[in-house]
Amino acid sequence: MTPLLNVSDVRKYFPIRKGVFLRREVGRVHAVDGVSLQVRAGETLGIVGESGCGKSTLARCVTGLYPVTSGSIEFDGAPIGGKGFRRDVQMIFQDPYGSLNPRRRVGSIIADPLVIHRIGNAAERRRRVQELMELVGLNPEHFNRFPAEFSGGQRQRIGIARALASRPRLVVCDEPVSALDVSIQAQVINLLKDLQAELGLTYVFIAHDLSVVRYVSDRVAVMYLGRIVEIAPGEDLYKTPRHPYTNALLSAASVADPDLSARRERIVLTGDVPSPITPPSGCRFHPRCPKAQARCVREDPLLLPGGDHSAACHFPVVPGERLGAEHAGIPQESTEPGLGRTEPDRGGE
Amino acid sequence: MALLEVSGLTVSFPTPDGVVRAVRGMSFEVERGRTLGIVGESGSGKSVSTQTLMGLTRGAEVSGSARFEGRELIGMPAEELRRLRGAQIAMIFQDPLSSLHPLYTVGWQIVELIRIHEPATTKAQARKWAIEQLALVGIPQPDRRVDDYPHQFSGGMRQRAMIAMALALQPKLIIADEPTTALDATVQAQILDLMARLQREFDTALIMITHDLGVIADMADQVLVMYAGKPIEVAERRELYYRPHHPYTVGLLESVPSTTGAKERLKPVPGQPPSLLRPPSGCAFHPRCPYVMPKCRTDVPPLMGEEHLSACWLPLDVVGLGPEAARRRTEESS
Repeated sequence: MTPLLNVSDVRKYFPIRKGVFLRREVGRVHAVDGVSLQVRAGETLGIVGESGCGKSTLARCVTGLYPVTSGSIEFDGAPIGGKGFRRDVQMIFQDPYGSLNPRRRVGSIIADPLVIHRIGNAAERRRRVQELMELVGLNPEHFNRFPAEFSGGQRQRIGIARALASRPRLVVCDEPVSALDVSIQAQVINLLKDLQAELGLTYVFIAHDLSVVRYVSDRVAVMYLGRIVEIAPGEDLYKTPRHPYTNALLSAASVADPDLSARRERIVLTGDVPSPITPPSGCRFHPRCPKAQARCVREDPLLLPGGDHSAACHFPVVPGERLGAEHAGIPQESTEPGLGRTEPDRGGE
Repeated sequence: MALLEVSGLTVSFPTPDGVVRAVRGMSFEVERGRTLGIVGESGSGKSVSTQTLMGLTRGAEVSGSARFEGRELIGMPAEELRRLRGAQIAMIFQDPLSSLHPLYTVGWQIVELIRIHEPATTKAQARKWAIEQLALVGIPQPDRRVDDYPHQFSGGMRQRAMIAMALALQPKLIIADEPTTALDATVQAQILDLMARLQREFDTALIMITHDLGVIADMADQVLVMYAGKPIEVAERRELYYRPHHPYTVGLLESVPSTTGAKERLKPVPGQPPSLLRPPSGCAFHPRCPYVMPKCRTDVPPLMGEEHLSACWLPLDVVGLGPEAARRRTEESS
């Protein structure tokens, strides 16, 4: 079966320019650097990673909001951007405040995709908007209100209604719940799951919260510095992580259970994520990796296609192995004098 | 006597729409060397209450009492409070970029703090002190990085610098307001480890304010849960996580996806947090509470109990998560 979404070897570089007139290119941010993945119809693929790992850039490439530097993305067997693509692929954004125009009424915000794609006449659109509002748990009588009259959780519902207006098949959710309070997060997650079951949606679900991603995803990909370092069915990844970075990330996440948290062995990584302007040679994780060896500095490990569970690592972690932080990595200075560190946006966690 | 004793603290902000009652009766104690975790959602008053202790809420109407080593903080003259702030009580904020001055070097800012509170130190001594502090919090090459500007530091390093600053004068109490919320998981783990280690080393008391139940599970000795400007449950950490009493605490703990990866449906707390302009009558949680009783709509429940305090009219022995506890709660409320 052909996958619904096929991403192969996608790269997205952002040029860094200097000077007023010539705008010379002095470097490139390697935001996404050779990502391949498939999303099957009806599944949820979770993407986790820390800020600056390229997960949001990847989302924007997949939805056609950014042109890719190289590589190809196919949706339903055809290159993206073709006829009907923008109806079929929609996006839900992180910030329920920034992603809704404060001067427009929510009814007209939700109707936007219908107007753009010339779906229905005015009366039909209004009916569809009210139907959508009901679907996401908003009072349909409130279509005449402004976004400011809604709470954060309700605004996120408005964003979801807008994304669903054109009856998409793939919805890319970029940190859809991280700006919400814990009790509201659960409401929105339940809503997203219900909608998936009801409408047969396929999700690409991006978040930094590991437990949320585990909860919603069928398969999970872990990103680090523009690359996918490990991809596996959700439970495999969480129970038997193979890449040392996945191990560290999972062990670092705090869990709301004091005893479990006390029992768990934490792998505390040294240093910060290196600059994506000059990524490290070989395996990008080697400067921070507790298992790094000479080969990791030289050779870039590949994420082998095929198979359900694959990790891009020369020396994958075997179950039961202890990753000590004592002999952690090769120390390195993370700042780039002259170029300045690009501080990726931190999101409103 | 506890290091910090807060009782009956209320904070209100007059606005054109009416008076926002941000904190409506906050009471707690912090002992020397211990960690109190304050959890609550946005707008629950967790930050406002501690900022008020430090005299950082201008234009607010404040009443109640907060005693630090027996000295009353509420109504303390600004000059006296300023001498306390930074030296005896230090704060660490969520966003280290906006709490460091962008135009001065990190070292300059630590030196300034030291020299204001310890006027006898020379510039050279204070600089040496600042370098030692940066080394203590694990900043590589502190003698070089001391002359860096905040933008040259990464997010994690900035938060380390904030901790270095907070610890510079060995305060007795540190108030950390969402110290790791802006940081990534692996960096958060580094910072929490560092804070716990330094706290043990210097026997500092810590108030940890966060919305993250995971951070509290790692750090706090005692946990206080806030809702609509009031503490609704106070208990030792394990007691709170494994035998919660207040339905709001139960709701919070149940709305987090399970740590074992089980995929049963999440149980969110229904509804929205209330407006603090017009808080609900009786128990502020009653409009969202699955176990609401007639009494809850009219009478405000005080914090009841001995060690494990809860502001809920359900009998105190109805505790815990899971179907059995839920059944008993439903029985008691019907």
